Amino acid sequence: MANLSIKKLTKAYGATEVLHGISLDVHDGEFVVFVGPSGCGKSTTLRLIAGLEEVTSGIIEIGDREVNNLEPKDRDIAMVFQNYAIYPHMTVRKNIGFGLRSSNLPKADKEKRIDEVAELLGMTDLLERKPAQLSGGQRQRVAIGRAMVRDPAVFLFDEPLSNLDAQLRTQMRLEIKKLHQRVGSTIVFVTHDQVEAMTMADRIVIMKDGYIQQVGTPSEVYHKPANTFVAQFIGAPAMNMVPGVINASNAIELGSGSVVPMGRNLAEGTKVLLGARPEDLVAGDGPTIIEGNVNLQEPLGHETLIYVSTKAGEIIAKADGRTPPGVGAKVSLTSAPENLHVFDATTGDSLT
Amino acid sequence: MAVAEEIRASSDTLLSVKSPRKPANMGQFIRWALLFIGGILMVMPIAFMISTSLKWPHEIYNLRLIPEEPTIENYTFVLEDGRFYWWFVNSIIIATITTICNVLFDSLVGYTLCKFKFPGRYIIFIAILSTLMIPTEMLVIPWYLMSQQFGWLDSYWGIMFPGLMTAFGTFLMKQFFETVPDDFIEAARIDGLNELQIWWTVAMPLVKPALAALAIFVFLGNWTAFIWPLIVTNSTDMYTLPVGLSSFGDEADVAWELIMTGAAISTIPTLVVFLVFQRFIIRGVVMAGLKG
Ligand SMILES: Nc1ncnc2c1ncn2[C@@H]1O[C@H](COP(=O)(O)OP(=O)(O)O)[C@@H](O)[C@H]1O
Ligand SMILES: [Mg+2]
Repeated sequence: MANLSIKKLTKAYGATEVLHGISLDVHDGEFVVFVGPSGCGKSTTLRLIAGLEEVTSGIIEIGDREVNNLEPKDRDIAMVFQNYAIYPHMTVRKNIGFGLRSSNLPKADKEKRIDEVAELLGMTDLLERKPAQLSGGQRQRVAIGRAMVRDPAVFLFDEPLSNLDAQLRTQMRLEIKKLHQRVGSTIVFVTHDQVEAMTMADRIVIMKDGYIQQVGTPSEVYHKPANTFVAQFIGAPAMNMVPGVINASNAIELGSGSVVPMGRNLAEGTKVLLGARPEDLVAGDGPTIIEGNVNLQEPLGHETLIYVSTKAGEIIAKADGRTPPGVGAKVSLTSAPENLHVFDATTGDSLT
Repeated sequence: MAVAEEIRASSDTLLSVKSPRKPANMGQFIRWALLFIGGILMVMPIAFMISTSLKWPHEIYNLRLIPEEPTIENYTFVLEDGRFYWWFVNSIIIATITTICNVLFDSLVGYTLCKFKFPGRYIIFIAILSTLMIPTEMLVIPWYLMSQQFGWLDSYWGIMFPGLMTAFGTFLMKQFFETVPDDFIEAARIDGLNELQIWWTVAMPLVKPALAALAIFVFLGNWTAFIWPLIVTNSTDMYTLPVGLSSFGDEADVAWELIMTGAAISTIPTLVVFLVFQRFIIRGVVMAGLKG
């Protein structure tokens, strides 16, 4: 069952179209993360779903009901904003209860609901405090509580963790994920941070310039990126790209002189990009993909990243944590063939 | 109270960063001297007002600060003169209603101009602002003619109507509403509040410092307003305090000691208003400081 369904959604501000017809089905109870660089239209999509902006064309359905012309309050959604949008002049209890103001529940039931949510978020002791007396993480929890109290069909989160420091962000990430598992609600979560997307999502929607690039589980978008943009956006450090050409024997001839066999038939002369993630690329024996000299070491403990300057530019590869090749050393990099990706050099689409 | 603690905490930090006292140098001396002169200049008119109110009529053109024979006769006279109470009450009613109306209407219009995008909003804003450039002296004649035709002369409504909304207040409130994040308003919209409820429960509490400043400003402005109340009122009973006080004495002789006595008494409500609302201003500043 689709709980939220977007069909050919576009949005234009004046003459500038910023969303170019995106479609997506979100299933009941699914945690979907929109990820993409700043300005790609994530917030706009979320605001269209919430009803804060008017749709230019396309259809939005929530719970099998078209909501295009409904007010935000009638859409059965709740939204958590980046800077929390909790009111400094109200106590935590009032802030959480704010979501219930327009409901017809009797007062006692409302209070009970607030207490339940506070309990769930571990905030029972803080109910009488003002936001100024809370830490960043606690304020974030109030904002989530305020959304939860209405028990909406869909939760919308717009970069809710970006104002927190790194440690707190990791912690809140886990908390939100646990909360989702416990409550089982449908969540659409927007972030520009691919780590957040990978760790939290059931499915990731990768956007760029108002287009959806790929939709898939974290594992799918990581292991089977649809194009070079997704390949380089997901995973850090970004995937290395080495240009090459398909030769007569259907292998990729790299500029460096190495030849990598290709699993699929492609026209001779096709220009391609060979993609290899740093963690899949090691210095050692095996068919050489590319070689060069180590420029820089970045020790991470259990392994060391080496920055190798090659004919195809700087390539990042992985080396052993204890005995990495020293700076200046000549290395040849190799990879298991199944970990390599091939992309069309002109369109960027995956050919693997 | 939490707010008091916040203020104390912040003033403590302010005090603690103050550098240890150094011997006064020339620059500091000049600064003090200037402040001292400024302070004297500010206090002198008030001191003379009180001094004059304690003098006998024959002494008022003697510029000594300390009356030779201090008397409270003037106070007894003013307070026993029935008209004074009327004027006082008139002024209180007019200044209070005008203040309430300004706080409500200026902020409603300011909020609308700030938070709603609609065609012509910029033109409306400019039109409102441009009225700031027309001096009251130019407006009193049209106001008078209007009042005359509507039959508003010599009434509370006649005194109040030109000031129930001000361009300055609208501008001030619009600027302050810019500091209320759009997220706050959108969050309330999602929670199902209508626009009027959002304005009242979300936006207004967040601009309390500005409302307090506006309230002080409007109250004082109306409390001391002179030209328009003088023109629009005829009967002594409708006078406001400044108009009434100026009528003390006769054609030949202005009774300065009585005017000064009335003025001294009439500063009391302004002090009260200031003390009450100024607390909100300080609190607002503390709140804003904690937000970031
Ligand atoms: N109110 C607006 N008026 C005009 N352009 C806008 C408006 N809001 C967003 N945009 C544009 O739409 C694009 C997408 O914005 P947004 O959805 O906020 O991106 P993000 O993915 O960073 O959340 C951006 O290019 C932005 O400049
Ligand atoms: Mg955004």
